Amino acid sequence: MTALLSLTAVSKRFRGLVAVDGVSFDVAEGALFAVIGPNGAGKTTLFNMIAGAAAPDEGTIVFAGEPIGGLTADAVCRRGIARTFQLVRPFPALSVEDNVVVGALLHRRDVGAARDHAHALLRRLDLFDKRRQRAATLTLPDRKRLEVARALATGPHLLLLDEVMAGLRPTETDRMVATLRDLNREAGVTILLIEHVMRAVMALASRVLVLDHGTVIAEGTPEAIVRDPAVVQSYLGAETG
Amino acid sequence: MAALVARLTDDLSRRTMIWLAALFVALLIAPWVVGDYLVTVLILILYLAYTGQAWNIMMGFAGQLSLGHAIYAGLGAYIAAVLFTRYGVGPWFGLLAAMPVAAGCGAVIGYLAFRFGVTGVYFAILTIAFAEFARIGFDHLGVVNAAAGLFLPVAQYTHNDLWRLRGDPTMFYYVMLAATLAAFVLCRLLIKSRIGYFWLAIREDEEAARAAGIDTFRYKMYAVMISAAVTSFAGVFYAFFYNNLFPEQVFNISQSIQMILGPIIGGVGTLFGPILGAFVLTGLAESLNSALTACGLDLPGAEQVFYGVCLLLVVATLPEGIWPWLARRLGVTELA
Repeated sequence: MTALLSLTAVSKRFRGLVAVDGVSFDVAEGALFAVIGPNGAGKTTLFNMIAGAAAPDEGTIVFAGEPIGGLTADAVCRRGIARTFQLVRPFPALSVEDNVVVGALLHRRDVGAARDHAHALLRRLDLFDKRRQRAATLTLPDRKRLEVARALATGPHLLLLDEVMAGLRPTETDRMVATLRDLNREAGVTILLIEHVMRAVMALASRVLVLDHGTVIAEGTPEAIVRDPAVVQSYLGAETG
Repeated sequence: MAALVARLTDDLSRRTMIWLAALFVALLIAPWVVGDYLVTVLILILYLAYTGQAWNIMMGFAGQLSLGHAIYAGLGAYIAAVLFTRYGVGPWFGLLAAMPVAAGCGAVIGYLAFRFGVTGVYFAILTIAFAEFARIGFDHLGVVNAAAGLFLPVAQYTHNDLWRLRGDPTMFYYVMLAATLAAFVLCRLLIKSRIGYFWLAIREDEEAARAAGIDTFRYKMYAVMISAAVTSFAGVFYAFFYNNLFPEQVFNISQSIQMILGPIIGGVGTLFGPILGAFVLTGLAESLNSALTACGLDLPGAEQVFYGVCLLLVVATLPEGIWPWLARRLGVTELA
């Protein structure tokens, strides 16, 4: 399998602080790739550089054979990378349906066609019955699903999910895991997720990258990662106590 | 034409269509029913409904607060007036010149603001600054007679000349009614189209809009340019209706404020808000004036105080404006 996304020695500094320090990894086409690590490990900074919200100071980010480092967020999205936000940001005053229509219009000129596509995605994410509600009235789990739906509507090859499980109850987490697995398997969407909820990472990811202090300390299958002494030391040990 | 009508009305209920038709007929026959004085009040109302609609494209749809819309109306007024008085060019050809100039002016303001990340209150201040530049600049511009003012030959009311916009108030009323209707139709088409969805997304959350692939700079530029071009017609109308132009009046910030009060009272981002707001504000202010005159009272500034009280009441009780509330009452929520 070829790499859909490839990072080589990517670094980002904020004043003196090195948030991401020479990170390299490949995400294979069709993978479910998780990035984990303690708070402040540089996960969100890494994510923002891939999504175009921040430009890397050094290193290259290649997506589908083309460098994307330093492109703006909208240009990155148009090339086929869609994201969700850690703190959800649906368009609050718009209906659930219109939120998804906005995404679907990226590659469609016709509003009717975009609406049809939005309906299909809303059914997939169990939001169809709530499509007329204002997005602001949704519960947190529904807003997270809405963000996924809006991101998917842009027709991405790669979906970036920033802590999409955070704040969900275990049953809701399982539901989201099932949805994402279906998307990956049936729609063929490659998924890169930043995640704190190990239950979801273990259930979902085919490959895991562990960041600590801005550097990669381990990469491998979920089973191998949880047994890695460095990972247990810096991250899992602290959390599972 | 049939396709356009179908597109405009496909999601409207029968009830809404009847309301719209009734309103349109009422406006159509109004000059035959009311007296000359009320016709001029109605012209002012429609003028403010039209400019409010134009301003709403920027603020209500794309979320960009302009407090300097007088510059676009003023440019339209001066361009058409100068072309008419100096070169004998009629107002409709003048409009063809005014619209691109106003859109270009909007593009300059928009480019400076959006390229350098000037947003929110700072953007609003920038729009005021440009309107003030224009006011002071035109005050010293010889070609438009500077502060002495530019005058159009006053119309003789013997016959109406629509082509040269010379005639009685009834003709101006119908011109403004047609323009208001056209602006309403344009806004409805825009908001139901791809560009409208992108504007709403930018208004709601610009960063999230960018993450959804929207080139926010480009779509904000479209909003400013379309809004400016639409506003410029109001200026052309102003010049030919009032027949005199003074930079101090035309570009005054009070002109900009008056344009935005209607949509704020009526409902920012709604299609009927600007129209309803203009009717409520101007209608009530004129009633107040007549009532005061009838009581033999002369209170300068009563109108401004009244506007202030209206704003206060609406902001406190109906922060989304009167129209969303009224639309629910009338059962026509698809227009809200």
